[in-house]
Amino acid sequence: MTRAIITVVGKDTVGIIAKVCTYLADNEINILDISQTIVQEFFNMMMIVDLTKSVKAFDVLSDELAKIGVDTGVQVKCQLEDIFDKMHRI
Amino acid sequence: MINLQEVIETNKMIEQENLDVRTITMGISLLDCADKDLTVTCEKIYHKITTLARDLVKTGEDIAKEFGIPIVNKRISITPISLVGSACCRIPGDYVQIAKTLDKAAKEVGVNFLGGYSAVVSKGMTKSDELLIRSIPMAMACTERICSSVNVGSTKTGINMDAVRLMGDIIKQTAEETKEVDSLGCAKLVVLCNAPDDNPFMAGAFHGVSEADAIINVGVSGPGVVKYALEQIPDANFELLCETIKRTAFKITRVGQLVAQEASRRLGIPFGIIDLSLAPTPAIGDSVADILKCIGVEHPGAPGTTAALALLNDQVKKGGVMASSYVGGLSGAFIPVSEDQGMIDAVEAGALTIEKLEAMTCVCSVGLDMIAIPGDTPATTIAGIIADESAIGMVNQKTTAVRIIPVVGKTVGDTVEFGGLLGYAPIMPVNTFSSQRFVDRGGRIPAPIHSFKN
Repeated sequence: MTRAIITVVGKDTVGIIAKVCTYLADNEINILDISQTIVQEFFNMMMIVDLTKSVKAFDVLSDELAKIGVDTGVQVKCQLEDIFDKMHRI
Repeated sequence: MINLQEVIETNKMIEQENLDVRTITMGISLLDCADKDLTVTCEKIYHKITTLARDLVKTGEDIAKEFGIPIVNKRISITPISLVGSACCRIPGDYVQIAKTLDKAAKEVGVNFLGGYSAVVSKGMTKSDELLIRSIPMAMACTERICSSVNVGSTKTGINMDAVRLMGDIIKQTAEETKEVDSLGCAKLVVLCNAPDDNPFMAGAFHGVSEADAIINVGVSGPGVVKYALEQIPDANFELLCETIKRTAFKITRVGQLVAQEASRRLGIPFGIIDLSLAPTPAIGDSVADILKCIGVEHPGAPGTTAALALLNDQVKKGGVMASSYVGGLSGAFIPVSEDQGMIDAVEAGALTIEKLEAMTCVCSVGLDMIAIPGDTPATTIAGIIADESAIGMVNQKTTAVRIIPVVGKTVGDTVEFGGLLGYAPIMPVNTFSSQRFVDRGGRIPAPIHSFKN
């Protein structure tokens, strides 16, 4: 299973999660976990997703998610889970 | 499972604290490219580099995108070229021909630097080594991406003072040949003692003869991350201070290890080492000097600086070693002047001198690095500086280096601008008393005794 972490950071706006989730559903990407918090008035959301059945290549997904972010005025990043795992788990 | 706070912490390191992987360096052996015909040698070199490193830059960019971590440089190190060219080079100009070939190959594969225009002459110089060394000024002047290094001593062999003396002249000539661009050639030329075979950092990178045919080495960085962590504990005692540096270094190095393994897997080339170095850049917040200030000295150079640097260097290693399966290269904090805004500030404030920098190199890698000095500094004085730095390396069993730039036409009070990662530097004063009689003696300084250590 190839897992990635999608993060959304920015001013809280109506429909951010809906837009990202719709995009993921359209591309056969399963969401395994979602959590969110407000840090210094900024909306921080993280999704752990399974890319195994994704219909698009990673770089395309990453660019398209970033574009959704730009269109809604937030930052959307998609990164493979390994970088977080390696840094925070022994 | 990873939680949101951990994700936020990692991304904050990358976005706000300049965490990056400084370099993926592919080491390539060119020993099998040696031929008695210069043209054939050049063809083989070009073919081998452009074949093996064809996908290096693309792979680095892919990994950076997928993990969301910047990989600043993609580079190549090669077998010290004096070994490869020994059968076909008769005059220094022949080596310059190889330098041009290397530059062309570097441009073809898209790496920003290629290191290994080098000779290892710690005990003696072959004819080929000397030809290579004499070709350095011209090679630095007519290439863009080639880095050169000469290893003039080691703990086991002592110091080759003939080579030290020669390098004084070569640095001056390189400065003269590149005077139109503030003697920039000298920024790509370093003189080393105890040079490691697997260093991924420029300008001293080369692919030693103890290495495999090709290898992936990775240099991590992250002074900004360490600085941020220390800012959170301004009044902590040394125990907590050291613990914090160690933990941070561990996290930084784990990212380097991940990138190294991925690059190795994707390129089908074995993973060599991670170089645990804090490498600054001129960017604000990416400074080793700022860490020293966080530890508690007003400016680098103030009393206490050497001790602060010693503890920083040691904790980075202690944290990093556990995070990586293989550690090597230089592995230590770099203290270049022009590439670190905090060091530049310290020089301009009058806090930092070459003599204090020399003391600091006793406890960290790598040496007197990116220091601009007056253009009229005699070659014998430069040789004296190299001899001093080599002696520190030789006696302390560590790597030391000298990368100084005698900027033609400039003197103390002037500033020199190198641009990009090389930064800018105020010209620093050099002790004006002569070293000529010392460096002109000729011969070798014997290897030091390895017992009676006091």
